[in-house]
Amino acid sequence: MFQKRVIVCLDVRDGLVTKGIRFKGNVDIGDPVTLARRYYESGVDELVFYDITASSEKRSVMLQVVEQVAREIFIPFSVGGGIGTVQQMRDVLLAGAEKISVNSQAVQNKEIIAQGAARFGRQCIVLGMDALHDPAMPSGYRVVINGGRTPTQLDALKWALEAVELGVGEIVVNSIDADGTRDGYECTLTRLISEAVPVPVVASGGAGKPEHLREVFDAGKADAALVASMVHYGDYTIGQIKSLLSDSGIPVRQHIA
Amino acid sequence: MTTVIDYNAGNLRSVETALHHLGAPFQVTADPAVVARADRVILPGVGDAGAAMEELRARELVAELRELPHRGVPLLGICLGSQIILERSAESDAPCLHLLPGEAVPFSISLKVPHMGWNTIVPQRDHAIFHGFDPDSSFYFVHSYFPQPMEGDAVIATCTYEQTFAAVVGFGSVVATQFHPEKSGEPGLRMLDAFLRWNP
Repeated sequence: MFQKRVIVCLDVRDGLVTKGIRFKGNVDIGDPVTLARRYYESGVDELVFYDITASSEKRSVMLQVVEQVAREIFIPFSVGGGIGTVQQMRDVLLAGAEKISVNSQAVQNKEIIAQGAARFGRQCIVLGMDALHDPAMPSGYRVVINGGRTPTQLDALKWALEAVELGVGEIVVNSIDADGTRDGYECTLTRLISEAVPVPVVASGGAGKPEHLREVFDAGKADAALVASMVHYGDYTIGQIKSLLSDSGIPVRQHIA
Repeated sequence: MTTVIDYNAGNLRSVETALHHLGAPFQVTADPAVVARADRVILPGVGDAGAAMEELRARELVAELRELPHRGVPLLGICLGSQIILERSAESDAPCLHLLPGEAVPFSISLKVPHMGWNTIVPQRDHAIFHGFDPDSSFYFVHSYFPQPMEGDAVIATCTYEQTFAAVVGFGSVVATQFHPEKSGEPGLRMLDAFLRWNP
């Protein structure tokens, strides 16, 4: 049976996970490779690394992280953050990632989507879209860039459809309104995009408890859901999330070690 | 020694790291003379069937790959590798390797395409690659086309994504998975390991 994916997101700066992440025993771990391995062993379906390294000269550190992660985990993972050229895409894919996520760079240069899709296949190209509720926009949501700080003139639904035309194979819909609240995903936004596009949609922003994933799979029609702090801080395990989903009749991958 | 065919396939690196993890001796080659002497072969693959065949032709690998079943060499095709072993693909209307009669066809469903994510498979008969297989295992798929062999016997396992399709195909010393065993966690690694131990 086809399954809904639970994806863990890790923010990496200068080769280290930004927030100290507490696993059992309250041990702080900042090493992305160790964390990737732990999440892999806990049965996560996929991982996303966002490189929030400020300086471009330290980008090669991220490539080393990607190479090491690829040797440790045998599930798909994607890398996003600051990728704006075909050469950068190639470097990340050759280092061992399955997919590349483009966000602000794609808004500023739409052609990067088409170029990436033509070169590596659309299944490799993910659009990360940050959206903010805005009644002035036709769909009710405005695209924002630079981590949510800069509003654009793009309508979220229109941009999602355009990005699919250009060649993205998946869309991560991140609600800036819900992000960090831990009050649940923005199901209206997720559903709006998911029902309109022919590619998988990953819900992002707002997850605080396993019930939120059930909501976004049911009401939000998401194909996958991104989680971060609810698992990083040890509040829930991937196993707990999946058992709640499974008990609610949502098909999830069984972890077989 | 396992020989992995290097023809610019996107998942070559993942296959290498999985083999390395399993401790399996392997070589990566684009040299037809090396393929001619190979005693176990993996044909990875991601992307467009027509483009992949161009890459194989440009490296003059087609004839040696077509010899493998006649020599009884165990061959594992992965993802696009499970499609281009057929006669042709509807994708780019591409003539393929023709190790197995049949063609790769697109999904004709209301669900989202590509079929991207984890799904379970149902073995249709015994096969060495199912050694240690747990029926609850899921495997990672990313594809818009799937293999449709002419002979029903060539379907080794099926998968259902609205439509039921062949997830593992093969005959004799040839076996191929539409999913990515190298990206399917421990069950996938176990299947790769079973292939490495298979002596058809």
